[in-house]
Amino acid sequence: MGNYLANIFAASPVRPIQEHMEQCYRASDELVDFFRHTIAGDWDAARVSRQRIVDLEHAADGLKKQLRGQIPKRLFMPVPREDLLDLIWVQDQIPNRARDISGLVIGREITLPEVIQDSFLAFVARNADAAKMARKTINELDELYETGFQGAEVQLVETLINELDQIEDDTDDMQASIRKQLFDIEQQLPPIEVMFLYRIIELTGDIGDMAERVGRRLELMLAR
Amino acid sequence: MPDANIYLALAAVFGLFMAWGIGANDVANAMATSVGTRALTIRQAILVAAIFEFTGAVLAGGEVTSTIRKGMVDAALFTDQPQLLVFGMLAALLAAGTWLLVASRKGWPVSTTHSIVGAIIGFAVAGLGVDAVKWAKVGSIVLSWVVSPITAGIIAWLIFSSIQWLILSRSRPITYARRYAPLYIFLTVFLITLVTLFKGLKHVGLHVATSHAYLIAALVGVVVALTGGWFISRIKIDEQAEREFHFDTVERIFGVLMVVTACSMAFAHGSNDVANAIGPVAAIISVANSGTVGLQSAIPIWVLFLGGAGIVFGLATYGRKVIATVGSDITHLTPSRGFSAGVAAALTIVIASGTGLPISTTHTLVGAVLGVGLARGISALNLDVVGRIFASWIITIPAGAVLSIIFYFSLKFLLG
Repeated sequence: MGNYLANIFAASPVRPIQEHMEQCYRASDELVDFFRHTIAGDWDAARVSRQRIVDLEHAADGLKKQLRGQIPKRLFMPVPREDLLDLIWVQDQIPNRARDISGLVIGREITLPEVIQDSFLAFVARNADAAKMARKTINELDELYETGFQGAEVQLVETLINELDQIEDDTDDMQASIRKQLFDIEQQLPPIEVMFLYRIIELTGDIGDMAERVGRRLELMLAR
Repeated sequence: MPDANIYLALAAVFGLFMAWGIGANDVANAMATSVGTRALTIRQAILVAAIFEFTGAVLAGGEVTSTIRKGMVDAALFTDQPQLLVFGMLAALLAAGTWLLVASRKGWPVSTTHSIVGAIIGFAVAGLGVDAVKWAKVGSIVLSWVVSPITAGIIAWLIFSSIQWLILSRSRPITYARRYAPLYIFLTVFLITLVTLFKGLKHVGLHVATSHAYLIAALVGVVVALTGGWFISRIKIDEQAEREFHFDTVERIFGVLMVVTACSMAFAHGSNDVANAIGPVAAIISVANSGTVGLQSAIPIWVLFLGGAGIVFGLATYGRKVIATVGSDITHLTPSRGFSAGVAAALTIVIASGTGLPISTTHTLVGAVLGVGLARGISALNLDVVGRIFASWIITIPAGAVLSIIFYFSLKFLLG
């Protein structure tokens, strides 16, 4: 009869979720380097950087698939299965955005107009900060499981989520001011390029949004 | 009684076979939680199991032995032909042992207790007819299989919820862990000692007054709690592991509690499952020695030793491997969870043993684990496996019964 007692314990999804978030954060962080290289005009370095982002996105995808297989329907968990699947989906959007943005820039060899270069770099970095903060909150997931989602640990996670919200607010403000800067000079630029610049700004802002939604998902788990 | 020596020899051999099977499999599951949480090494687990299985069987196993021996079958019906009871009990031992062996090979989750109960019902119905079985008693046993996991689940839920409330949800859980851990040790030891004193010991011929029982239990509890407290005070905080909450250290404190749990589990298991194996042996001995179906004869102490020895032998030869496998697969159970589940199961089993109900150790433990899960304590439980375990309860009884009927008629043909 061996190990049927052991068999009723299914593998915990916590570690893989944290590992997945790690990959997501690294992809967003790599995007900062990527833009630094394109602004410096070093397209070889930018391509290497872009490849790293694609690799990280692949790694995250692999982890996502493995995770989905790991939480089948007949599992009894302290957190609803749907919430976990949602969380993974939201996390997974971060490297997807990083991949799309870097792909657009490489494909069209877009160089940012000088006026917005500095503020845009700061904007990308702030979005990566949001992803980093999301990673920090996700890193508390094992402690949340340890306490059974209650008590002082919940308060700690709530403060982390609040910080995450503030960073996301920053990115929103920065996004608005960059749009304004771009609007002021857009008549002097080729229209198609302007279209894509707006698109890149929007996609970059999505990273912060997704990071914030990671926090929202976690908050929902705590609320039950 | 003619051929008494043959019967005695067969009883000893079949009893050992059965005890070996219990030691090899059941004990492994009972001890696995403490090995999985790294509270004990495999070697230590086997030593703890050997000691406490033995004491559990001798001190608290009497009532269950009686139930298996004469509680389920109307022994008066055997007065004219005592050898039929001997054949039946031999067949029951062989059937349960065989079914355990087959199930172990196939990896089916079955229970020793359920096998032996099924086997006894089987031969009684085949040998004497439906009326020979005391169905009311069987009913209460079967009911206890439902009630015991639920009870263990509720106790485990309460224990783990209290740990959450008192320790884990605090802002400095380590301080509270140090404070409350000895209290948990005291309560565990106190309750188990108390139940043993009330229900078990009269069997060994010791009678303890109520007030004395409370005093002794409290004393034993305090001594063990102080010892545990001393070990806990030696645990250093690992500053680098986590700055905020020190859950690593908290779990290491619960690791000390797991040792108490392991001892309780082994004791509880010995009190219930060893009794299952030796119950039929005791019945055979009493008939073979006296030639009549005596209702009140005492169980010779050497029979309990036989059961204990068989279990230790099974552990040493095969259980080691099973503990290693189960222990390494069960790492998702942290010490705080393992403690809650283990203590809840042990308490339930010792209480059931005291009232003479043969219940299944592992199924009680499964119920306790589910209880911790309900307190949001376990990250993921596989309900499919739980369902299969439940299904196996139902299959084991007819399987034991059918095998026992076959063996009964074979033995009757060969020896009668």
